[in-house]
Amino acid sequence: MKKLALLATTALIATAAMAQADQVRIGIAAEPYPPFASPDAAGNWVGWEIEVIDAVCTAAELDCVLTPTAWDGIIPALLSNRIDAIMASMSITADRLETIDFSDPYYNTPTVIVGQRDMEMDATPEGLAGKVLGVQVSTIHQTYAQTYFEGATELRPYQTQDEANQDLAAGRIDATQADSLAMDDFLASDAGACCEVKGAVEMDEAILGSGVGAGLRKGDDALREAINAGIAAILEDGTYDEITARYFATSIYGN
Amino acid sequence: MNARRLAEEIFVPHRLVMIAVAIGLLVWAGMAMRWHWIPRYYDLALQGLWRTIWLLGLSCLFGFMLAVPLGLAQAAGPRILAAPARAFCTVIRGTPILLQLWLIYYGIGSLFPQFPWIRESELWPYLRQAWPYALLALTLSFAGYEGEVMRGAFKSVPGGQLEAARSMGMGRFAIFRRIWFPQALQRALPTLGGETVLQLKATPLVATITVIDIYAVSSRVRQDTFIIYEPLLLLALIYLVIAGALALAFKLLEQRFNRGMVG
Amino acid sequence: MLDWLYALWPGLETSVGLLSLQPPGWGGNLLRGAVASLQIALGAFALGLVIGTFGALGKLHGGPVTRDLLSVYTVVVRAVPELILILILYYAGTDLLNQALQAMGRRPVEISGVVAGIAVLGIVQGAYATEVLRGAIQSVPRGQLEAARAYGMGSVQVLRRVTFPAMLPLALPGLSNLWLIATKDTALLAIVGFSELTLETRQAAGSTRAYFTFFLAAGAIYLTMTLVSARLFNWIEARYRRGQVRQ
Repeated sequence: MKKLALLATTALIATAAMAQADQVRIGIAAEPYPPFASPDAAGNWVGWEIEVIDAVCTAAELDCVLTPTAWDGIIPALLSNRIDAIMASMSITADRLETIDFSDPYYNTPTVIVGQRDMEMDATPEGLAGKVLGVQVSTIHQTYAQTYFEGATELRPYQTQDEANQDLAAGRIDATQADSLAMDDFLASDAGACCEVKGAVEMDEAILGSGVGAGLRKGDDALREAINAGIAAILEDGTYDEITARYFATSIYGN
Repeated sequence: MNARRLAEEIFVPHRLVMIAVAIGLLVWAGMAMRWHWIPRYYDLALQGLWRTIWLLGLSCLFGFMLAVPLGLAQAAGPRILAAPARAFCTVIRGTPILLQLWLIYYGIGSLFPQFPWIRESELWPYLRQAWPYALLALTLSFAGYEGEVMRGAFKSVPGGQLEAARSMGMGRFAIFRRIWFPQALQRALPTLGGETVLQLKATPLVATITVIDIYAVSSRVRQDTFIIYEPLLLLALIYLVIAGALALAFKLLEQRFNRGMVG
Repeated sequence: MLDWLYALWPGLETSVGLLSLQPPGWGGNLLRGAVASLQIALGAFALGLVIGTFGALGKLHGGPVTRDLLSVYTVVVRAVPELILILILYYAGTDLLNQALQAMGRRPVEISGVVAGIAVLGIVQGAYATEVLRGAIQSVPRGQLEAARAYGMGSVQVLRRVTFPAMLPLALPGLSNLWLIATKDTALLAIVGFSELTLETRQAAGSTRAYFTFFLAAGAIYLTMTLVSARLFNWIEARYRRGQVRQ
């Protein structure tokens, strides 16, 4: 039994790869979200947002480590100190600002409804009445759909946008609400042939927020200042535009 | 256990103190933690609870109905039936139910775009919903675990009894219905209760394929309000109560079943 | 070599390509996930055994309060879904630990996903192990223990040299079952975003849309793990039983 106790302790210590204190753990969603962040076949994370994180950290002279975390638990992970910042296409909203802080925005994307080609619908409550709408949990889209569409429209909550897209292609849902930039990638794929953009939803800044920023613990001002400086620096020196040009046809910074 | 013995077990000084501490903790949790969201989600929670319960009930029922032939095939069937039954139980018991659930939901879903006629079929309104897949996955899982239990149960019925019945001129079906099955069931009942509780513990996984059960409702509370621990703690309490009720129900069932039997 | 098979089954060649160990195949990711799963399962099983040993001894020889508290532990863990326990322990566990450390005036520690996973699943395993080991210890014949005591052995010595060797074969079937539960429960960590086999599979399937290929491949890996370890446990059991009188 002593051996067992020893085994358990060594197992714990050996795996306890404790991060160094000055490292900044950047939480990214563990689920694929192309073209912003997704794992490749070699096990590396790639995408627009991954490159931006890298550039911001270099500019701000931060020693960053990517820490994939389940999207649905990413705010609890930040609050319970498992990560130090969230950079996972998280929109800055009033609701979230009650719990966490945000850096300056680093990109902005309109919200669209993508639906089956052979179905009549538009991005209004009336247009979606009687339809089945897939949304990713813990997103602004879920909150928006719950506020404007729920009741007349049946909502299906997905763990990842990827799975909602998969079910859209399978025909199990009639439409999904998501970021237009992420949907462009899906619509360009074979699976996306089923569907088209049915329109942008009416703006509600309180829910949809004012762009995507890095989520931070309240009071972590030093890190916020550093990340803000990093974002400003890459906007200034052209790194941001250079990365964007490799992924998108137009600027995605917003105004 | 009668009321008097129960009272004697509870009224021991240290248990009274522990009960007082537990009540104190509950009162503290009720006062100090945030529960203001409960009225808003009350209806949703009831619907979710009902969905959890009927998913559990139906999957156990259908799973058990599958488990009887699976157990019988392994215990007494010819090789051609025994081998597939055994393979099925091994595969179900050897892989995580989460993986089975995703394989059934997303795997089958990925076939739909390739075969457009599926969408024109009569079954499509059901195929596009999530609960049939959840029910299927839970049923197959229960059948796999319980099939193994039933195999042992059928095997443990003494062969002499079956021979005696045969020599009395009973038909094969009559022997099965009146002697073999009831005795096997009696032997399987103690584990059946445990398996049902294990099945209950597997139900929250259906939330990952968009079925809104009680667990999904608690996730929604967290997503809407950013309150993390309170919904989870309440949820744990709810599962504790359901598991307790199940254990009690199976105990009563077992007592009833054993009454007419020789031990 | 496999050409005739590919001709017979057109989808197979794509699947084999997707599963190849070198990128662009995703097989390497799956294997890395499998190693992580095994690591956590081993750690959780070992931790569960340690907790289970103390739990079983506490239930058998502890005072009334210890026994009741252990009952609460085993009942709660066995009735509440693992998924919920994992979520509570995963988030609250780190938080509480750091608050406790701060209260003691120490620096907060950072706990990696692996350690958190092992700790969480180990606590779950511990509850089941407590029951398995308690049952096994109880079925060691009293006469053996009395004889050992008559020889003048102390209670620790009796435990180490008589009780444990005698109860181990009795506990092995239960422990083998627990190990299988441990390997399968690691899949639940996919929901908190830990990259073990199931999450790697989900990522590969989502990125390539080859859901059947990857889920079936992952199923085969899990099945191999469980079948091989079941064999191993049977072998150990047979070895241990060799010197023992059959009851």
